[in-house]
Amino acid sequence: MKPSFTRRLLIVGTGVTVLGGIVRGAASAMGADAAVRPPRPGRPRWALVVDTALCARREGCRACIDACHGAHSVGASRDPRHEVKWLWKEPFAETFPEQIHPLVPEAKQRLPILVTCNHCSSPPCTRVCPTGATFRRADGVVAMDPHRCIGCRYCMAACPYGARSFNWETPAVATTGSYPQRRAGVVEKCTFCTERLAVGRSPACVDACRQQGAGALTFGDLADETSAVCRLVAERQVLRRRPELGTQPNVYYLV
Amino acid sequence: MRQDSAGSSLVLRAVVGCLSLLVVTGIVAYGVQYGNGLSVTGLSRAVPWGLYISQFTFLVGIAASSVLVVLPRYVHGANDSADLVTIGEAISVAALVEAFSFVLVDLGRPVRLFYVLLHPAPSSLMFWDVLTLTGYLLLCSTVLSLTLCSPPGTHPRAVRPLVLVSVPFAFGIHVVTALLYAGLAARSGWMTAILAPKFLATAFASGSALLLLVTSALDAAHVVRIEPVARNRLATMMTYSLAAALLCTGLETFTALYSGLPGLAEHFAHLYIPAHQSLGPAVIMLASTALVVFALVVLLVSPLRRRAFWLHLASGAVLAAVFLEKGLVFVPSGFAPPTLGDDVGYAPTAIELLIVAGIHSAGALVFLTLLRPISARARGLGLGMAVSAHDSRSPHLGGTAARDESALPPPATRPSPAGVFTV
Repeated sequence: MKPSFTRRLLIVGTGVTVLGGIVRGAASAMGADAAVRPPRPGRPRWALVVDTALCARREGCRACIDACHGAHSVGASRDPRHEVKWLWKEPFAETFPEQIHPLVPEAKQRLPILVTCNHCSSPPCTRVCPTGATFRRADGVVAMDPHRCIGCRYCMAACPYGARSFNWETPAVATTGSYPQRRAGVVEKCTFCTERLAVGRSPACVDACRQQGAGALTFGDLADETSAVCRLVAERQVLRRRPELGTQPNVYYLV
Repeated sequence: MRQDSAGSSLVLRAVVGCLSLLVVTGIVAYGVQYGNGLSVTGLSRAVPWGLYISQFTFLVGIAASSVLVVLPRYVHGANDSADLVTIGEAISVAALVEAFSFVLVDLGRPVRLFYVLLHPAPSSLMFWDVLTLTGYLLLCSTVLSLTLCSPPGTHPRAVRPLVLVSVPFAFGIHVVTALLYAGLAARSGWMTAILAPKFLATAFASGSALLLLVTSALDAAHVVRIEPVARNRLATMMTYSLAAALLCTGLETFTALYSGLPGLAEHFAHLYIPAHQSLGPAVIMLASTALVVFALVVLLVSPLRRRAFWLHLASGAVLAAVFLEKGLVFVPSGFAPPTLGDDVGYAPTAIELLIVAGIHSAGALVFLTLLRPISARARGLGLGMAVSAHDSRSPHLGGTAARDESALPPPATRPSPAGVFTV
């Protein structure tokens, strides 16, 4: 009696798993999203190119960070260990540790580099998420559903870039923009502004940078050979963070 | 309990009272955490998993090690008492209840736990971990309830197949738990193929140590009678599991230091070299290593091992060593070196400690609750009968003789195949 129950459980469990996988696959295929601009041949692959020299020219500029955190109601935390960050700056030496050797000048090592989610083509975070709360869309954006997130933080353990933030406490800032209010206990991160992509606008950080006249951020479709990002990545020398891990980041750095 | 004298029952009541108090304190502490979010813990951006998940890992190992009493009896045909298997299963059930509790208190939104089954993600090892742990808990509790509900002296027929199915599950839960860590390219300290075998080795070392201590205590309290040969076997398995674990640690150390690969070497330094920022892990790891070496020496020197005091001391050392290494350090230290130069210091807060104490107390209460029917069953069978039923070659051994034996392996006891009770 009991063994057959166990067996049934196993069979049903396996069935549910397989069915779930199929349903999920279908769902994500359908979500190939209204998001994006006029469909290119093939799928779009959104990418961000950061010109570190242009960015460094405006010392202390926070236009992109403020625009991003304003648009998504990301508030500063009293405790830096519990901070929620979508877009921020890190010293060059921490961002690209493999580029550091004893002769790299101190000033260059300390150069602030803009970092965010890399929207990897092979993201470890979506692989480990036990509920599919974070997933890679067909247009390459690694998105996050805060309502599905159980707060296990496995994605934070898997992300090699420290790009994911957990809401250790209830967010202090009330939502003003179009992005939903989060609660304590869920993970969040940069979404490449899917809500703006859906209406054909660039991410908030890119717009803010352009308005400042810095032009250090370029956003576009890597699948489109005529796009500005494609030209920059193909013609200039670029760095990606920790390429040896095989995650294939879609944030490129011009150095 | 066997001897319900006023004294022992008073002690038992006091123990149960204290445990219940700790459980209540833990629940209150969890209430504080639930209300304020996980900011009341010592966890941070750089160290998102800490004591809870480390304790979870340790307990999955304890849960897996009931296989050490299942295999001898059900696969290798040893004449062990069925009570030993029942006690092993009871420890497993208690450990699994604790393990699930640790996962639950670690979640940011615990009420959404069922999403893991509602929106299954087969690419996530956490999904498989929940599946195998649930399966193993169902198997162990079914075996336990079938056994305890049957009249003393009988063995329900369904138990054997279920117990055999539980063997791969026991290995499975701990292997899957190891893979949960071992597949993360971002964490060089965890990403080692030797992690699963090392987990099994430390699990079987700590599990046999716990079984040995528990059965010795129960034997001394005349609750159930466990044959010395069975406990000798546990001591042997503890010895070799410990040696295997030490070998794994040595191999990891070699790879880290000889290759000098930054990720590996920095992780190793964080673990073993006391520095300003990372004093805690190094102190704990060095203490753990010292305990392992001490236990291994005691266990390998037979004049020492054969004395109950030294064997118990070594068992305690093994249990403590694995608790320190796996239960405290393993998970938080995995986040060193950090991905972005963050501070990887981590110290659990009082809230975390109270919750951990509460969960362990709840596990102990589960075990004590299960122990009552186990001891009643053993009593119903009669101790002398239990011995002679299993070892017909020594029928002269009466209940009193068996009961009077000292707690742990009498000096003359060697794991000889036939006459176990060479009194």
